[in-house]
Amino acid sequence: MISLQVNGEWRELDVEPDMPLLWAIRDELGLTGTKFGCGVAACGACTVQVDGVAQRSCVLPVGAVEGASVRTVENLGTADNLSALQAAWIKHQVPQCGYCQSGMLMAADALLTENPNPSDADIDAAMTNICRCGTYQRVRAAIHDAAKAKA
Amino acid sequence: MKRPSRRQFLIGGGAVGGGLLLGYGLLSPERREVAGGIIGGEGAQLTTWVRIHPDNTVTFYVPHGEMGQGVHTALPMMAAEEMEADWDLVRMEQAPATPTFANGPLGKGYLTNGGGVPSALNGTANFAFYKLAELMNLQITGGSTAVRFTGQFGMRVTGAAAKEMLIKAAAKKWGVAESECTARLSHVLHEASGQKATFGELAELAAEFSPSANPVLKDKKDYTIVGTAKQRFDIPAKVTGESMYGIDVKVPGMLYAAIKQVPVIGGSVARVNDSEALAARGVRAVVTLEDGVAVVADNTWRAKQALDLLEVEFADGGNGHVSSDSIFAQFDKALAENEGEEDVEKGEGAAALAGAQTVVEADYRVPFLAHATMEPMNCTVRIENGKCDVWIGTQDGLGTRAVAAEAAGMSDDDVTVHTLMMGGGFGRRSPGSPNHIIQAVKIAKEVGAPVKLTWSREDDMQHDYYRPAVSARMSAGFDEEGNLTTWVNRYIRKDEPAEASHIPYAVANQSIRYVESEVHIPYGPWRSVAHTQHTFFNESFTDELAHAAGKDPYQFRRDLLKDQPRHLAVLDLAAKKANWGGPLPEGHARGIAVQESFQTIVAEVVEVSLDENGRPRVHNVTAAVDCGEVINTDTARAQVESGIIYGLTAALYGEITVENGAVVEENFPDYEMVRLANTPKMDVHFIESGAKLGGLGEPGTPPVAPALANALFSLTGQRIRSLPLKNHEFSRSNRLAQAAD
Repeated sequence: MISLQVNGEWRELDVEPDMPLLWAIRDELGLTGTKFGCGVAACGACTVQVDGVAQRSCVLPVGAVEGASVRTVENLGTADNLSALQAAWIKHQVPQCGYCQSGMLMAADALLTENPNPSDADIDAAMTNICRCGTYQRVRAAIHDAAKAKA
Repeated sequence: MKRPSRRQFLIGGGAVGGGLLLGYGLLSPERREVAGGIIGGEGAQLTTWVRIHPDNTVTFYVPHGEMGQGVHTALPMMAAEEMEADWDLVRMEQAPATPTFANGPLGKGYLTNGGGVPSALNGTANFAFYKLAELMNLQITGGSTAVRFTGQFGMRVTGAAAKEMLIKAAAKKWGVAESECTARLSHVLHEASGQKATFGELAELAAEFSPSANPVLKDKKDYTIVGTAKQRFDIPAKVTGESMYGIDVKVPGMLYAAIKQVPVIGGSVARVNDSEALAARGVRAVVTLEDGVAVVADNTWRAKQALDLLEVEFADGGNGHVSSDSIFAQFDKALAENEGEEDVEKGEGAAALAGAQTVVEADYRVPFLAHATMEPMNCTVRIENGKCDVWIGTQDGLGTRAVAAEAAGMSDDDVTVHTLMMGGGFGRRSPGSPNHIIQAVKIAKEVGAPVKLTWSREDDMQHDYYRPAVSARMSAGFDEEGNLTTWVNRYIRKDEPAEASHIPYAVANQSIRYVESEVHIPYGPWRSVAHTQHTFFNESFTDELAHAAGKDPYQFRRDLLKDQPRHLAVLDLAAKKANWGGPLPEGHARGIAVQESFQTIVAEVVEVSLDENGRPRVHNVTAAVDCGEVINTDTARAQVESGIIYGLTAALYGEITVENGAVVEENFPDYEMVRLANTPKMDVHFIESGAKLGGLGEPGTPPVAPALANALFSLTGQRIRSLPLKNHEFSRSNRLAQAAD
């Protein structure tokens, strides 16, 4: 049994320790907001936060996060109670197909926690996720906007 | 006559004028009979598009899939505009993939008995409906058609007809003249008496009227919804992680499948030893298919892990010797040995080259490209009690149903397709690209339990239906005065749309011909389809000709577009907004290109420099777009931005390579993408010319590759005749030396 906190709740998982966190979250816990994109940490669709740090869950063995606190997009805010970041995402109408956006949001949220007023260069460095719809220009604008809203 | 219940109420009430049914779904039995009689026996219904609820909300049912293009919002906008619905009371739902939401019999009738729309109907409202029926029969989302056809001919007319019926209902109820009633913000008003009723209150009564075949559409100047920026319905669920994609489905009792695919396309499975895989934790079954071996387990990862425990031998189907090099050599030979089939012949054609003062020749080529949607291909299937359920994100719900039915050995009627959100489409999830669907159906059938098949990224990249690799041999002739008089193009593979290879320029002698040269790599439509290759060829070559003529590339195009006012207008606007000819930072240069695709004309100006490693760095892309009319202004802009990034990724990095009959590239590390850090600033401008509505999902893509290559020529003096740009070394030294001479 592997114990970890997911979105503030302790969960026990009867899985192999080398199972990537992504598949434990999606298939075992049924939290499908976190997406599978590449399986090699190249695209960022699977980004979650582990103890507040953005991590690519598709290559992170669940055994390596035993006892840690994992946060997924489901914990970012709800439709009735959106986070400032989500509200900025809606204001700028960022998502198109939307598939990469959970990962984008989790990476952006971690960035703003660490650096509440990121420069363009900071955003370039932190936001390496792939979006095939090319929403990047709006991602950048929404992060700046959320930073202002939180200030 | 039995009245439809309030709950069943849908706009529309009958068949009118030559077999036309309007936005009509739950027909009462009596009316179904009438409709059947008129249309030809099958009780055809032209889709269920609108429902008015007692609480005065209105739901529009959209028969196209949402893949980020905003169609789930743009189509309701068009209907609500005509209906005079209060946008705050408008909702949308994805229409299910059933013939009720297509128009099978009507469309089929005209497609099979005459191959198209009767010419007598051209330009009439009926024509619009027949045209729509053709598309609806397939329920396709692709070809930038949703707004152009479903929206223009379906949603608008449905909304307008609904409004007329609601007004008729109010007039009857109040005993006043229809002409004295007006509809506004989901109410009908009778100003003289001060009476007012909600659409919801009038709905049941309105259902008793027949919809008009030719309802009066609003004047554009009265629009309050169309032409504004409305927030998309699908976005809130996409920022909370709640949006359901095909890959997210969970059916009770569902198992998870992964597949080891036959690497050489067209090859087969020769031998399988699955004993180790079957012994692994969680593994329930191993299924051998024609094109791969699947492991079925209780978790996606366990299924994937067990693939490594399979011992499989593959046969190459005779394609094991094929490589990208052999394919391009085959194309060169085909172009050298064949005159080709006629595409365009004008004036004296290629013969005019003999009399030219100057002849310019160049060979161009582009590689295969994968779609690489962010959501890898997946499909969930349950076959139970003689019925088959399919859960999938698809660009064609009804096509998927037919594919699944065939794979399951069932009739279409026994198959239900549950259409989910698509994590990207770009053509990959279109009708002719069903390998993942067939696999999932066969696995579920053999296992006897619901199964979700999830492809790895490697599967997705190596078993796509690819934008074809093609070559073109271009030549052109100038007369003594330096006028371009002849354009000749011999290219590989005639593709859709047919006009993609044509040029808008006034050139008296033209010979555009194509040669077919079969390859074993499967073909699929890729965002903007044949426009991707032909725009690169034609607009790069046009740039070469401008330089050969000693003219500015923008002015050179202007001179050849004198008879093309829409092209000229977008070209001028893009040049003006990009400050064409104006000062630039040291080491920067601009390039320009223009292309019409899907009835939309787009000109783009790209500003580029070289980074410290000599790699192209794109700073700005300025686009001017004439799509006739803009529906949702913000979504329209987003689509063009998206098309630019998609095209830029392909131009810079996109290359699928074939070695030993198989695709070499596996995943994003070797099929690189534009990311946030190298995203240019994009500036999109629209011209509302009032021309026929054009598409927007694709037209942003074609001009960016040639505009970028042309900018690089301006910067370095190096002419790029093959993509991607990552295969070229760039240096400014040539250009600087030329400038110093």
